[in-house]
Parts: sequence; structure tokens; C-alpha cells
Amino acid sequence: MTPDGQSTTDHFSDPTAQAGAGLGVRLSGAHLSYDDTRLFDDLSLTLTAGRMTVLLGPSGVGKSTVLRLLAGLEDGAHARATIRCDDGGPLTGRVAYMAQRDSLLPWASVLDNAVLGARLRGEPLGPARDRARALLAEVGLGDRLVDRPGALSGGMRQRVSLARALMEDRPVVLMDEPFSALDFLTRLRLQDLTARLLAGRTVLLVTHDPLEALRMGHAVHVLHGRPATLDEALVPPGAPPRDPTDRDVLALQGELLHRLTGAGHGGAVA
Amino acid sequence: MMRIVRPVVTISGLLALWHGAYLLNGRRSYLLPSPWETLQTGVARFDSLWGHALVTWGEILLGLMLGTLLGTISAVVLVSWATARRWLMPLLVVSQAVPVFALAPLLVLWLGYGLGSKVAMATLIIYFPVASAFLDGLRRTEPGWLDQARMMNAGRWATLWHLRLPAALPALASGLRVAAAVAPIGAVVGEWVGSSAGLGYLMLHANARMQIDVMFAALALLAVFSVALYRIVDAAMRRLVSWQTETNA
Repeated sequence: MTPDGQSTTDHFSDPTAQAGAGLGVRLSGAHLSYDDTRLFDDLSLTLTAGRMTVLLGPSGVGKSTVLRLLAGLEDGAHARATIRCDDGGPLTGRVAYMAQRDSLLPWASVLDNAVLGARLRGEPLGPARDRARALLAEVGLGDRLVDRPGALSGGMRQRVSLARALMEDRPVVLMDEPFSALDFLTRLRLQDLTARLLAGRTVLLVTHDPLEALRMGHAVHVLHGRPATLDEALVPPGAPPRDPTDRDVLALQGELLHRLTGAGHGGAVA
Repeated sequence: MMRIVRPVVTISGLLALWHGAYLLNGRRSYLLPSPWETLQTGVARFDSLWGHALVTWGEILLGLMLGTLLGTISAVVLVSWATARRWLMPLLVVSQAVPVFALAPLLVLWLGYGLGSKVAMATLIIYFPVASAFLDGLRRTEPGWLDQARMMNAGRWATLWHLRLPAALPALASGLRVAAAVAPIGAVVGEWVGSSAGLGYLMLHANARMQIDVMFAALALLAVFSVALYRIVDAAMRRLVSWQTETNA
């Protein structure tokens, strides 16, 4: 698999720098149940190397759990799955994670938040700070390095989160509804930025927004019903980020809405 | 402007109430001296009052430092070591069931009439609010931050030091505010039980000799110091967790 044609000038997001040409991941036999309720059983999902796979579904269907299973954040009490990487190695330690709500530390500056990973691992902070400054400039926050998250808008905070995820420089990036708390226009801008900066990495984006799925995904899966099942992937034409006013995108949005509301019990589109 | 006006109004109001009570009481200074008489006594006996006050203030400050130190260390040990938590948590709670005041005679017996027993009293009374508040804070780290740390391959100690400790500072600040407010109680009770110096000793002594004006002057000095201590600790805590007010604004 090769990264798509989008070339980026900055070497941090260059997939060949460290991350390799992405890493293919397959999750299988995923199971999630609470008490007597099975949310899903024997679910499989393939993340194609160097591509963005989108998992679209209504709230409460268990899509975040799929992501947390891949992240290794589920303790096995309710959910379990088998995870295989293309190269036979473990996925643990090769994943960056961007959460739903910005998980920035309120006491730390923008720069300190961006270098959190290096600090937690006890790596030298000098080089990390240099890299973080460049990345923060890339996401348009070069002049807000000393501000604390409380002084930033929601969009800016998610841009710091994005920079922090890129700082980790992992081949696989998992994003759990990263833009759901943002207003429409901010969301569009962040989707463009994210598609550009994550090009070439293997990405799983979990969302409940059909338009976001269509703009961002190389492949879009719909998770719906109870127990939830995964639809055959929808592959929108063209390269992401796609134009939200594009005729094909809008037509496919109708199709996705139909899948979300029509099939299964997951009637509500958030 | 209001920052100055409010305390002035409050203090004048309290003094007026005090003076009103004095008048209602029929100006019997041997039961309740007026604010003015108290001030006069304070000025006349300033040397003796000041000496005793320094002793008590020293006890309070030492107790506050020692109690905070022991409380924070205990919280960190308990949160990072599950075995210690299982064994010591019940003990910590039970220790609070024993009234600290009841221990005062014992402490005086063991540690003597001097500084030691009073500092121990103040330390004991401060220890629990600090330890329990900080422990609470350490155990309630935002799960999203801990997830993030796990994804970043952070070690236990790095997570504790860089995430859980700073995240628990607001809780520690609440504990310290309580500690600052109760610390003087420990020192004064210690002095009442047995001592040869300090404002508590002076008050007991004056009480026995019906020197009510001296008692009131000592009380006033203690109150001024306690309020000042609380304000200083409060201001320091506000600075320490300035990010918290930012996010709550």
C-alpha cells in the first residue's frame, strides 16, 4: 500500500520518515456486552495501511469501544478482540490516540501539552520542543505556545491535540470523534488540516457525522443495529479531504443516512 | 476598592457589636471588657503578649508544615502502593475516630511541656484533612488523561509525577485551607493541657486571675494570626492552581 498522492512539505508528517508506509491492522472476533446485552459479537474490521478508515454509527452502538480495543485500553471485562498487524508485530506502542474531548492538561502550556509524550517517557525535551514548535506552527498555533488550554477555543484545543498525536509519530492513529464538539465551519477546517497532516498513516476515525465520514475516509463502514453489524465498506470516489459541496459526496451522504436510519434499530442519527 | 471597604466594614461592625454587648452588660469589665480596654491592655502588656504569641505562632507554623509534609507523603504512598492502601486506609479512618483533644494529655506526658507536644497536636489535627483531600484528588485523575498516558507508553512514576500529582493539586489546596483554619486549635489545646508559654497558656493563666482583658487581648492576637494565616494559604493555593479558575471561568 502506498500513501495517497497528497504530498506534504513538512517532514514530520512524511509517512516515510519513521512511520513507514503505514501499517495494516486487522481486528477480528470483537465482542462487547454489558450484563445480558450484547452490543456486538464477532465483529471484524480491517484498517488498510496508509489509509483512513472511518467507522460511522449512531451514539451508543459501541464504535468507541472498537477504537479502544485497538488502542488496548479495554481491560477485557466487557470487551475483547484479536488484533493482528501486517508485519506480525504487536500493535501496542505503535498507536497514537486522539480522544473525543480534548484531553489536554489544563495546567500545562500549549507547548508543554504537545511534548507530554516525550516528558512522560523521560525523553530529552529539547529536541521534542523544537519538533513541537514546528508542528504547532503547522496547525496554526505558532503564536499561542505559552497559552494554557483554558485560553483557547475548542477548535484550537483540538489542533493542539492533533499536534500532540503527530508528535508521537506512530504508524497508526486512532481518532475518537475528534471534531464532534466543534461548530460546522471549524470542523470543516480541522478535517482538511487533519487529512493533510495524517496522509500516509493508517488511521481509524470514529464519528457519527456522515458528511465527516465522506470527506475524510478512504473507506467508510457503518456500524448499526443490536447486536451491531458492520456494513460492507463504502469507498467514496476521489481523494480526501473531499469537497463537502461535491455532488457525489452529497449523494453518498444520502446513502449513508439511509444506512444509518434504515437498517437495524439504531434509528437516531446524532 | 470593595476589597478594602468590605473588611473595614466587617471589622467595624464586629467591634460595634462587641462594644454594644459591653454596654448591654452594664460595663462590667471583669466579665466582658470593651474593645478599647482590650486594646489598652494589649498595648500596656505588649512585651509579654508578643513573646507568648511568637511561641504559639511558631507551634502553628511548624505543625502546619509537618502535618502537610506527612499528609502529602501518606497520600502519595497510599495511592501508589495498593497493599499499603488496603492495610493503612482503615487505620487512617479509625485514627480520626479518636478525638485529637483526648490525646493532648498523653502527648504532653510523652513529649513534655515544651514545643514538641503542641507541634504534635497541630500536626495530628492537620494531617488527616491534608492526607484525605490529597488522596481523593490523586485517585480521581481524569480517565482520559490516564488513557492518553498509557498510549504514550508512560511509566507508573512518570504518570504519577506529571499527571496525577498536578491534577490533584486543587484537592490538596482544599485540604490545606482546612488545615490552615484548624491548625491554631491544635496548638492552643496543647497549651491548655500543659505548657509554660504561649497564648493558650497566657489565657489559662489570666483566666485563673480574672484578668479578662488579658484573655481578650490574647484571643484577638490569635484571631488576627489565624485569619492572616488562612488568607496567606488561600492566596498561595490560588496561585498554585491558577489554571483551575481559568477553566472554570
